[in-house]
Amino acid sequence: MSSEQIIFYILSFWFIASSLAMIFARNAAKAVLFLVLGFFSAASLWILLEAEFLAITLILVYVGAVMVLFLFVIKMLNIDKSTLRAKFAGYLPLGLIVALIIIAEMTLVLGGAQFGLEVMPSPAKHGADYSNITVLAMQLYTTYVYPFELAAVLLLIAIIAAITLVHKNEINRKKQSISEQVNVKAKDRVRVVSIASPSKENK
Amino acid sequence: MVSLSDYLILSSIIFCIGLVGIFINRTNIITLLMCVELILAAVNTNFIAFSHFLGNEAGQIFVFFILTVAAAEVAIGLAILTLLFRVRGSINVDVTNSLKG
Repeated sequence: MSSEQIIFYILSFWFIASSLAMIFARNAAKAVLFLVLGFFSAASLWILLEAEFLAITLILVYVGAVMVLFLFVIKMLNIDKSTLRAKFAGYLPLGLIVALIIIAEMTLVLGGAQFGLEVMPSPAKHGADYSNITVLAMQLYTTYVYPFELAAVLLLIAIIAAITLVHKNEINRKKQSISEQVNVKAKDRVRVVSIASPSKENK
Repeated sequence: MVSLSDYLILSSIIFCIGLVGIFINRTNIITLLMCVELILAAVNTNFIAFSHFLGNEAGQIFVFFILTVAAAEVAIGLAILTLLFRVRGSINVDVTNSLKG
């Protein structure tokens, strides 16, 4: 067993174990922390696959931003824990059966006969002068520059949508109030002002 | 050496764990969102494994875009969740049945 295999199996074990702990966790905050552990293992696996930029991005963007956002929301909302597990036992056998069938089928299809080292040999490791970021940037800013800009627009839309959804104080918002419009009286809108006529002033 | 099928089987196991999580956590929207994240992580691992073994960087570009879309999805999903909690006082899925679908 080579050292790469040992590292792979350790990381896979932690990835699977933390995922299982995540879905069975009773406390949502603990589930987030287990998912963070899972993402760290996934990032380490990606480094094993020589995708360094994406591994760092996973940790910075996911663990640093998205998971913290999850924690914020969990701490902000007061979740009733007793209602969350009402149907736990009812759906577990069905879910397990479906998952085991899928895993068995996938193992048959993706096993060593189809994707093993004989069929798809491991590529040669890159030297120290190879930069994953340079290669990705060359692709991203030439071939995929249009999807890259679309992704930027998508993130802008997400920001605007999220802020608009949760914005509480309606400052400067043009809004219609139908009940006020129906109940309006003439004296609310029309003001009678007595003005001295100019002909009297001339006398 | 680690073969491609090892990575593919690992990501299929993670995918199935995410699926079981959606099955058993049906009433909790936050955990549902986290299970979706888990499934996306499995898919991303698939993309990167194929990209590594085929020597083609396009798979890593795809993972980049998947990460972008997933971040946007989480932001909007949690915003809707906050709004739902503000209106209903609960994030239980069983409470949100006004459409009677």
